[in-house]
Amino acid sequence: MRVNDPDSLWIIGVAMTSFGRYADRDAFDLGAVAALDAMLDADVTIADIEILVAGSVNQSRQYPAQRIQKLIGQTGIPAVNVLNACATGATAVRSVCQAIKAGEASIGLAVGCEQMGKMGMLGAASLGRERAPFEPRGHDGVVMPTEGLLGTGLMPGVFAQAGMRYAGLHDGVGFEQFAKVAQKNHAHSVLNPLAQYQKSFTLDEVMGAEMISYPNTLLMCCPTGDGAAATVVVSGERLRSMADDVQRRAVKISASVLTSDPWSPDGLVQPDVSTLTRNAAVMAYEQAGVSPHDLDLVELHDCFATAELIHYDNLGLCEPGGAGDFIDRGAPWRDGEVPVNVSGGLLSKGHPLGATGIANLFEVATHLRGEAGDRQIEGATVGMTHVLGLGSACSIHILERSAS
Amino acid sequence: MIADLPIVNYLVIDGDEPYLQATVCDACEAAYLGSRIACARCGKRTFHHRRLPSKGTVGSFTIIHRAAPSIPTPFVSVLVDLEGGTAVKANLVGCPPDPEHVSLGMAVELTTFEAAADESGTRVVAFGFVPSDRGVTE
Ligand SMILES: [Zn+2]
Repeated sequence: MRVNDPDSLWIIGVAMTSFGRYADRDAFDLGAVAALDAMLDADVTIADIEILVAGSVNQSRQYPAQRIQKLIGQTGIPAVNVLNACATGATAVRSVCQAIKAGEASIGLAVGCEQMGKMGMLGAASLGRERAPFEPRGHDGVVMPTEGLLGTGLMPGVFAQAGMRYAGLHDGVGFEQFAKVAQKNHAHSVLNPLAQYQKSFTLDEVMGAEMISYPNTLLMCCPTGDGAAATVVVSGERLRSMADDVQRRAVKISASVLTSDPWSPDGLVQPDVSTLTRNAAVMAYEQAGVSPHDLDLVELHDCFATAELIHYDNLGLCEPGGAGDFIDRGAPWRDGEVPVNVSGGLLSKGHPLGATGIANLFEVATHLRGEAGDRQIEGATVGMTHVLGLGSACSIHILERSAS
Repeated sequence: MIADLPIVNYLVIDGDEPYLQATVCDACEAAYLGSRIACARCGKRTFHHRRLPSKGTVGSFTIIHRAAPSIPTPFVSVLVDLEGGTAVKANLVGCPPDPEHVSLGMAVELTTFEAAADESGTRVVAFGFVPSDRGVTE
């Protein structure tokens, strides 16, 4: 039996459903399936679980934790719902980690689930123009909806503007570099049977697709979809009492970080997606005692191709200001210097909001266990997950392979 | 008499020419568009107003091609870095909405346009930016 720090945190089970569209299931069915699969993977049952934290964005008001309990087992344990934009799933995992660190539990279950259907990538069909009466409302005295009159505040535009802000500050970044990000992730997705889309595209096809929000074309925007993911986390002390095979496959959570927006001048006019990511990365590397050079793979929040490119820099994967050259030289491809989004990323794998933060833990943990099949990154020992929700919330986890 | 209403309270249209007005923290000089209860940078609760310059440069932009049905497309959304450092988001008007005509760093200046009007004659006035070499028209 292996020795580990009793206060350390370990993933012993993790699972995700295929992402896509499920007309015959609701978000809680999907959450239940992922939870059962994660517990099966961990060789535990709901009777073992001491805390359940679940999250969804669109279904949050229906209280997914309690709904899922009714599908997998009502054992009377504390059940908590979290809502934290696209960082909802990661926040659920972090909340389980906190309960374990606080000594209230030694094993917990985190679930993220979502049903989006074909709600449209903009998610804002109701944001049309209103007519009279014109009266100032709120602290900005807004008289009528401003979308399309005072610029854009919707996600495709926000992330496009974040990318173009970076392009304005650094050389060698433009439409083509952003498009190469999407080309890479679509190519990666072909190896992932759980991805919503598994189709490769040429750079010309990516750049020639319908323009949504320059410089992001349709193939550079993540789709909406349904799905769920779940994970079972234990303390190092609890892990010591578990079967050898569970210990062998356990993946260490070396860092679990959550940040929000600090004040920044750019944050006045639109969410600043970079500063909180940079802050989270610094904290995560310090917590884990690793550097970007130690990472064997990264699953980062590519809701739009422009977002992934700037996160190369925000996460310290490339030289400062060097994200354009980083993609140009193929560094984030699966056979490159730091494989990024070998799952296909949100662009191809899909982005059921609440599930995303746990699905990327599934991807990294599966590689660290050496169980990723055709898409395995050989010999992976350290990996990072990153999610970013507008508002903003950023969560980073660093995972390490069991030393045994 | 026709009443004009600014689309947001940080657009001032009752002077000789329209301008944007920042709400500035007395303690740390953080500048906000719209009113605030407390400063998000330092927490202090008193502010003063500052008239912002009308000229700046395009710090970022996007060209929106897909939007809700009631919103005309394509349109250009810009983040403008005003002289003196404050950033503001708006539409770029008076300029073809394509990447050949919109560029990072291009000089722009403030303009206003009618966003809507009702039967009683109330007009909603919005602001945007135009390329500086085109003058203030629209
Ligand atoms: Zn202040």
